[in-house]
Amino acid sequence: MERIDLVVIGGGSAGMAAAIEAHNRGVKNVLILEKDGNLGGILNQCIHNGFGLTEFKEELTGPEYLQRFVDQVKELHIPYELNAYVSSIDRNKVVTYSSKKKGLVKVQAKAIIIATGCYERNAGAIQIPGDRCAGIITAGTAQKYLNIHGYLCGKRIVILGSGDIGLIMARRLTLEGAKVICVSEIMPYSNGLNRNIAQCLNDFNIPLYLSRSVSNVKSKDGRLCKVTLSQVDEKFQFIKGTEMEIECDTLILSVGLIPYISLLEYIDCPTSTTKGAIVDQYLQTDIEGIFTCGNCLHVHDVVDFVTNEGREAGRGAALYIQGDKLNNKSILVKPGEGVNYVVPQKIALPINDDISFKFRVKKPIKDVNIVVKNGDNLISKIVKPVLIPSEMVMINVKKEKLMDNPQDITIYLENRNNG
Amino acid sequence: MYLMICHDVIIIGAGIVGAMISRELSKYNLDVLVLEKENDVGNKTTNANSAIVHSGYDPVPGTLKARFNVEGNKMFDLLCDELDVPFYRIGSLTVALYDEQLPLLKSLQERSKQNGVDVELLTGEEVKKLEPNINPIVKGALLAKSAGIVDPFNLCVHAMENAIDNGVKLERNCRVEDITKSDNYYKISTTKGDYFSKIVINAAGVYSDKIASMIEGIDWKITPRKGEYFILDHYKAGLVNHTIFPLPNEKGKGILVSPTSSGNYILGPTSEEVLDRDDVSTDKDTLNMVRTGATGMVPSIPFNQVIRVFSGMRATCTRHDFVIEHSKKYNDFINVGGIESPGLVSSPAIAKYVVESLIRPLIQLKEKDDFNPRVRRYHRLYNELLKDSNDFLKDNHDYCDVICNCEKVTLGEIKDVLSRSCPPYSVKALKRRTRAGFGKCQGGFCQPRIVLLLAKHYGVSPLAIPLDNDGSEILVEKIKDNK
Repeated sequence: MERIDLVVIGGGSAGMAAAIEAHNRGVKNVLILEKDGNLGGILNQCIHNGFGLTEFKEELTGPEYLQRFVDQVKELHIPYELNAYVSSIDRNKVVTYSSKKKGLVKVQAKAIIIATGCYERNAGAIQIPGDRCAGIITAGTAQKYLNIHGYLCGKRIVILGSGDIGLIMARRLTLEGAKVICVSEIMPYSNGLNRNIAQCLNDFNIPLYLSRSVSNVKSKDGRLCKVTLSQVDEKFQFIKGTEMEIECDTLILSVGLIPYISLLEYIDCPTSTTKGAIVDQYLQTDIEGIFTCGNCLHVHDVVDFVTNEGREAGRGAALYIQGDKLNNKSILVKPGEGVNYVVPQKIALPINDDISFKFRVKKPIKDVNIVVKNGDNLISKIVKPVLIPSEMVMINVKKEKLMDNPQDITIYLENRNNG
Repeated sequence: MYLMICHDVIIIGAGIVGAMISRELSKYNLDVLVLEKENDVGNKTTNANSAIVHSGYDPVPGTLKARFNVEGNKMFDLLCDELDVPFYRIGSLTVALYDEQLPLLKSLQERSKQNGVDVELLTGEEVKKLEPNINPIVKGALLAKSAGIVDPFNLCVHAMENAIDNGVKLERNCRVEDITKSDNYYKISTTKGDYFSKIVINAAGVYSDKIASMIEGIDWKITPRKGEYFILDHYKAGLVNHTIFPLPNEKGKGILVSPTSSGNYILGPTSEEVLDRDDVSTDKDTLNMVRTGATGMVPSIPFNQVIRVFSGMRATCTRHDFVIEHSKKYNDFINVGGIESPGLVSSPAIAKYVVESLIRPLIQLKEKDDFNPRVRRYHRLYNELLKDSNDFLKDNHDYCDVICNCEKVTLGEIKDVLSRSCPPYSVKALKRRTRAGFGKCQGGFCQPRIVLLLAKHYGVSPLAIPLDNDGSEILVEKIKDNK
């Protein structure tokens, strides 16, 4: 069995950044395994702009952004294999994959980075009431049909969910001549970035209905013909008498993304509420030598942050391969009041570096302090005028503040009027 | 000049019953044609049911249901071997949660004896040992070891494929609109033109009463009942190890919790009489009934693992039993109607009975010398992975080109089914055969590539590829030419 220091599973933004970082830190025996026919992952189909503002201080399209990393991978001669589908990994870090070139291959890795991205919640997962028919499609799939293959999936369109892909697709479909009738969001606030609401909906006069969801779909001869939108109450139950019937041929779903971590699930790797794995500050999972980053750890809103997280995992894996024992004692990081989740979920001791915490708030909130506590000791308080769930929050905490007597860490929101 | 081809037998309907009868008839030197209104076989009731090979403890003794269930169950090992279909005898447990249900369990045990089905009465403690996740209040259960789970999709597809390989012809998209009887043949008028046959077999499922009524008044009627289901991902083995039934009631066997032959879990069905025979919608309130029923037996069901909800239609008959008989007026018109649960398990036994007892007296049945009971072996990357060997894959690289990530379905598998004698024409038909799109992303990733593969194979535009029946095309317009 071939021995490889670092196997990176997934050649998208996270995986490429991780491999490059590990390479730059001296790990030269790396292999990127990518299931598709090219590197770059989902960015290949994201032909809109808005990528790279943090990373390159300029606005790039998805393909432009990914190409910069593909170029680096090639310049550094980092080995990668395309059309290589990893069917399993085990706890001893044997990676089994099928390769169009070689058949079934097994390699023994010292460390593995899982960077397999996410998938879209779909009609099955959200249990849309009504008929099963053509014309119900997730936003990303519609995007692939349109941007990669050149086909339009509908002419009169209702979009359910105001996630970013849904908003991007509202604009894209409109530009290609489809009529986007409305975007309907079950929450009382949008789940997309503000800039996307402005540029993709407002600029095209596409209405956004809040606290509304699909209460029925009807089909004719196998194709969607009517969608009923109903107002929902605080418990997301449909309110009778608020039905709004819309004749349309397509319902596009943009109702959330879920980390795609089948490989970790099959080896019983503990997961958190993000549906990604539980990790420490090196992005190492509870299984020694297996790291994870990007949208398969938690779903990001900006690709630049995915790249950054890829680097963190690349660094962690490099340290591990080069002999650092990372899996010692650890303390927990807990989301408190108003906080949905925090990554990392634990901190390995000793603490050698500053730590970056990433989290999302539960609902839109104004004038709050983000409070970080080490046990009962306040170690950081940051003033924020507004926080919304669609924007991931990142805060850095200096290692000096954590090193003395580290206990479990809590991150919570505190209303500024009260405190 | 008009040349009338008169077939020996026309079978109306290519669901599991029509497919099994076709295969049974393909053993003989006969000219057999199957007419199917859908664009694929097994596209209605066969496509949406619990996929259980019932033991036969439950049907009322003396009924056709009891007879063919028990007979059919015994045929499944050989049948699924010949047709290369996943089938596992995992056994079923019919559970009593309360003391007052124990007498009913006893009476079911008695009924099992009358039906000739071996069962064991288990105590609550014994049940908990077999099923650690069962509701701990469980008081007892009836264990039927002969019950099993099967892939109903490929059971039907491969039965029809085997029949076609042995000479049967299939017309899809062919809806029967009228049947007239002449001196020695029937004229069957369809959306594709007229067909003629000496013998007609009505295996039209939820429409079997409509077809039967085309030649005479009948004393039975289909009162279709809809059942809604949840499917969970195959995330972990052992949520339940057997098919778990509640105690049956007047509406049927009740809401079950079972593994499926693909390692998923299925919860359902409800039972609701409906007017529209093609209604396969789902709704929240009904699904909540499934949720309540299922969690009553297995409290820890992880509903966050639900990947699909669906509903199916039962051909429930006013006779409360299968209708398998010559028509009153004509010996050579055979009704096989009202085949609701346990129809799947009964189907091979029904087919045998129809051919040997109802058709044999009508026409000479001469066995073919070259009948081949087996379908071409179906390779899956998944199975090769289980073997952990590269022997097959190293020479078959299309089986390393994974198209459906969730279910590990490869280009090799897709090319295989497209080259068979009963190939898929729709995304759903391909899904049924290969499992591509069956997983947690529900085709989100693989559907575009599958549409393109189907289009390329049939030499048509991707715009012409339907999700399900013709008319359900997925794409509406080509906006640019890609190289």
